[in-house]
Amino acid sequence: MGLSLVEVNSKQRGASSFDEPFYINMGPQHPSTHGVLRLFLELDGETIINCDPKIGYLHRGVEKLAETLNYNQTIVLSDRLDYIASCANNTAFCLAFEKLFGLQVPRRARILRTIVNEMARISSHLLWLATHALDIGAMTVFLYCFRDREWLLNIFEKICGARLTHSYVRVGGVRQDFTLEIIEDLYKFTEVFPERVLEYETLIDVNRIWLERTKNIAVVSAEEAISLGLTGPVLRGSGVPYDVRKFRPYDAYDEVEFEVPIGKNGDVYDRYRVRMEELRQSNKIIRQCLEKLSETEGEPVLPENAPDLLIPERVREPEPKPHPKKGFIFTGKEVPVVPPGEAFASIESPKGELAVYVVSDGTNKPWRLRIRTPSFVHISALPELAKGHMIADLIAIIGTLDVVLGDSDR
Amino acid sequence: MSDLFGELREKFRAQILRLEAGDPPVITLKREGFLEVVKFLKEQGYNHLIDLCGVDYLNFKPEKKEERFEVVYHLYSIERRELIRLKVPIPESDCWQYSLTPFWKTANWFERECYDMFGIKFKGHPDLRRILMPDDWVGYPLRKDYPLELDEEREWKVYKELKERARSS
Repeated sequence: MGLSLVEVNSKQRGASSFDEPFYINMGPQHPSTHGVLRLFLELDGETIINCDPKIGYLHRGVEKLAETLNYNQTIVLSDRLDYIASCANNTAFCLAFEKLFGLQVPRRARILRTIVNEMARISSHLLWLATHALDIGAMTVFLYCFRDREWLLNIFEKICGARLTHSYVRVGGVRQDFTLEIIEDLYKFTEVFPERVLEYETLIDVNRIWLERTKNIAVVSAEEAISLGLTGPVLRGSGVPYDVRKFRPYDAYDEVEFEVPIGKNGDVYDRYRVRMEELRQSNKIIRQCLEKLSETEGEPVLPENAPDLLIPERVREPEPKPHPKKGFIFTGKEVPVVPPGEAFASIESPKGELAVYVVSDGTNKPWRLRIRTPSFVHISALPELAKGHMIADLIAIIGTLDVVLGDSDR
Repeated sequence: MSDLFGELREKFRAQILRLEAGDPPVITLKREGFLEVVKFLKEQGYNHLIDLCGVDYLNFKPEKKEERFEVVYHLYSIERRELIRLKVPIPESDCWQYSLTPFWKTANWFERECYDMFGIKFKGHPDLRRILMPDDWVGYPLRKDYPLELDEEREWKVYKELKERARSS
């Protein structure tokens, strides 16, 4: 432009806004974008005029890949979507497949699924609270949250051997029953956890910095939130009591008692309050389910006609002339065991509504597997929420939407 | 639910191809006049667009489909607690569909993804570009005639260049 730095500064000093907007990239390596999210920002000073999220850095083609795998194998893919709460993804996939196959899940398996789903919710919310607070500047909460999340992950490790990618929920039931040790651990956890939630709250609830950075930020009205497709705690923060667990109960959610907390103003603070209350409710659900477990002692956790046993095992044999890439082929017939048709199932995952739509053509592989993930929709709402806010608030807004990029990119 | 079907039959006889009761009920619609039916349904309380996706029925065995593509919508009424599924067949030769962005803001990204994966264009969409795949990607990955693994000739340009650079260094 031919202006020296001094001239530019003097020109802009006193002026209420800059002459022309400038553009910056936030991400994909920014620590506060919770993964590989890239935001292309149009700025007027520090105010955001426009925001264009660019996703796809973590696109692994799960939907395409699923068309080449049989139904049970896709469960493993589902772990890698929202890797913070993989049990929720497993459950959504399995519910859709069970509807398609017409399978009945044994009661004990349904209760076990509810427990792991709520454990996933707690561990996901704890991670959210930890990183959200860290982004805004409260370091201590981070350490406290990770202490308790570690506890949960250890229990998960005892349940299924994995800490993050569980694959514990299977088509028709769950992989294996809980041992006594796990039940005792969970009892201990549920006893201590309400105090712990109180502990987090005392850390930030009256903190002035926390309040000023969260109150009246990214306000969404109820109508707007529905139009934007927001679900889960983000929608409930705006005062809409829509919770799939109550509206279309699955697993054992119709047997347990819990409340659906809702917010009033629909700002970042309200969504924080909703999630904190959900932690308590989840704890309550786990407690009730543990008591129900003793009623169903000894029942099977996987029905005998589960497709694991129905789909004939295909023999793996080396190819006559090994292909340079593959080396092995699967032999054996594909027996039609799945009725042609379609099924839709949705669950309340920790982040929002996770829906799976599956179309079958009668073979043992899905013809089309569509996954509607909450993070994808929440990122799409980001430009609307961020408009007119400062860059520093953008960090709080990304945090409040609780996005995981593995979930949004699939 | 039966009242809704009756009303739909009465009002939109020309647009409806098929009505199937079930869980959830499925309404197959013609592309022409699709927006009016959606507007009516939204007024009836179906205010939550859960999902919008494309399906490719190329060589689909169990059932002979007249058109290759289908766009599937899942609508939910939070008040009435009812779910319905809308289906709109889209021919391959004339591959477009009306956009729902005037009704739901969330349709924006769903439609972009559908375009990205199936090449179905959405009329009236404000900003139709690729979303998950890179902008200069060739082809539509979720179509059934798109291979799982591309041969070297059809690989993405950028990836090819990266590989060559790695080899030469």
